[in-house]
Amino acid sequence: MTARDLIPIAVLAVLAALLPLVVTSSPVMNFLVFTLIVALGAQGWNILGGFGGQFSFGHAAFFGTGAYVTAILQMRYGVNAWAGLLLAAAAGAAVAWAIGFLSFRSGLRGSYFALVTLAFAEVFRILANATPVTGGAAGLLIKLEVHPANLQFADRAVFYWLVLAFVTGVLLLTRWIQRSRFGAQLVAVRENEDAAKALGVDSLKVKLRAIALSGAVTALSGCLYAQYFLYIDAHIAYGSWISVELLLAPIIGGVGTVFGPVVGALTLHGLGELAKQFAGRIPGIDLIVFGSVLVLAVAFARGGILGLLERLRDRGRGLVARGAKEVSHAGR
Amino acid sequence: MLAVESVSKRFGGLMAVDNASLALEPGGIVGLIGPNGAGKTTLFSMISGFVAPSDGRILFEGTDITGEEPHRRAERGIGRTFQIVQPFAGLTVCENIAVGAYLRHARRADAIAKAREVARRVGLAAELDRPAGGLTVAGRKRLELARALATEPKLLLLDEVLAGLNPSEIRDIIPVIRGIRDEGVTILMIEHVMQAVMNLCERVYVLAQGRMIAEGRPAAVCADPRVIEAYLGHGAAARLAAEGAAHG
Ligand SMILES: Nc1ncnc2c1ncn2[C@@H]1O[C@H](COP(=O)(O)OP(=O)(O)OP(=O)(O)O)[C@@H](O)[C@H]1O
Ligand SMILES: [Mg+2]
Repeated sequence: MTARDLIPIAVLAVLAALLPLVVTSSPVMNFLVFTLIVALGAQGWNILGGFGGQFSFGHAAFFGTGAYVTAILQMRYGVNAWAGLLLAAAAGAAVAWAIGFLSFRSGLRGSYFALVTLAFAEVFRILANATPVTGGAAGLLIKLEVHPANLQFADRAVFYWLVLAFVTGVLLLTRWIQRSRFGAQLVAVRENEDAAKALGVDSLKVKLRAIALSGAVTALSGCLYAQYFLYIDAHIAYGSWISVELLLAPIIGGVGTVFGPVVGALTLHGLGELAKQFAGRIPGIDLIVFGSVLVLAVAFARGGILGLLERLRDRGRGLVARGAKEVSHAGR
Repeated sequence: MLAVESVSKRFGGLMAVDNASLALEPGGIVGLIGPNGAGKTTLFSMISGFVAPSDGRILFEGTDITGEEPHRRAERGIGRTFQIVQPFAGLTVCENIAVGAYLRHARRADAIAKAREVARRVGLAAELDRPAGGLTVAGRKRLELARALATEPKLLLLDEVLAGLNPSEIRDIIPVIRGIRDEGVTILMIEHVMQAVMNLCERVYVLAQGRMIAEGRPAAVCADPRVIEAYLGHGAAARLAAEGAAHG
């Protein structure tokens, strides 16, 4: 990776880190933390779906696993919250690898793979709703005990910085993927699996690595969700709402790009909040906004917002270049 | 180097390849010809691991590779192109070739350098940053060749890389293929352009209806009555001979 690869990530991270110094209102902080948690989970989705072309409709399976693993370890076994974070990521990777092994080995792709992931998430939701260890339908409360060791901070800004650090870490990870052999092979599998195999790419291994990484990152976001809101139940942790959020954000922002999931999550939730401010009495207005943005993106911006910006920039450059030519002609 | 031993492939009721054998020594260019639907591509797919033979076995450098996955065979040094080109359409030409180069170069800088070198050799240097989806037919054929070449194969299987090219494009690419051979890569090529086969191949195999019906020097094979019949139908060889006698 070169400086040019890293500078945009560094600039974004620093600017975002300064935000709490300006913004102190707690609803806004809540909004930012939640949006970043979604962005993190969406970054996980993007590794598999964006770079690997394996669209999952069931990333709730990993989000929920992260949330439950951390909550159960902490509440039932007294495991330290930071250790729980790592274990949640590991559990997410393991569950993802297992689902990947079952589906990729039997050659599932496209909509079949999407449906299988959806089915797994639903099965987990039903199980979590019925088993005692997860608290069943009553859900699971994490005790409020403000202490850095418990991942609970007196100042919301600290938690914001924590989530931001993870988002930045995954931006770096994604940039590395983009610049590495693993990433090149993953994208090759997305574009044409047979051609990739003929060039020596072990497509099963590459896809399994991608889904494990993806599961780990999304599990981290689930874990942070549980630690921030201190309550989960099966519908929150394994609900299809989160599966949809996690795939919507990259698609809106720019699928298979480094910044796409973050841009998409900010856009969706930003617009959703605005809509609630102006038309809060209409129930589900934010969902209507989500739907409309998706339709717009699919119809007019196939590469998402980042793809659209790139096309505008290219067109702008074209205009500038033509303008310069005309100026130089006029000057002669 | 490569030994295909009594290999068959059945698709339902159809014997696409029927008890075919073939042996390659290292170095040189060997042709594989035959009428449409003879089973040539199927035979390539069995050598490269995409299709499992119903019967028979395949040895590469003395090792039985019959059950191995395609990517393992690529690692061993078997490269192939696809008759129906399979570009990574969303990637640039350079990125396409780099996927092949990554097989033997783990570092990005090395893989890209290799990709550029290969692109220069096959005449794609000017297209490096173009999306592969935007290439002409000739460009895509070159890209197939470049990607396979970037894996640094010992054995290169070329499936009709000249098909769809015009005569001047064919003239351009023939020296490239010869150059690959001169570097010590063994080449097995499926080709319908007979002029190129005559030009390039030291030896040819003829496959017809799944069976290997002839093998030898191109000129001799083309005069073989069995081969003429396979291409032109039953009795054709005799008719040609009679006509030849009448005209002589
Ligand atoms: N996957 C498949 N399933 C069923 N039949 C197949 C399959 N692949 C090839 N065949 C059939 O096997 C026979 C041999 O096909 P193959 O593509 O190997 O011929 P070929 O010699 O390469 O022909 P061409 O010169 O037209 O490329 C054909 O009749 C074809 O229809
Ligand atoms: Mg063929």
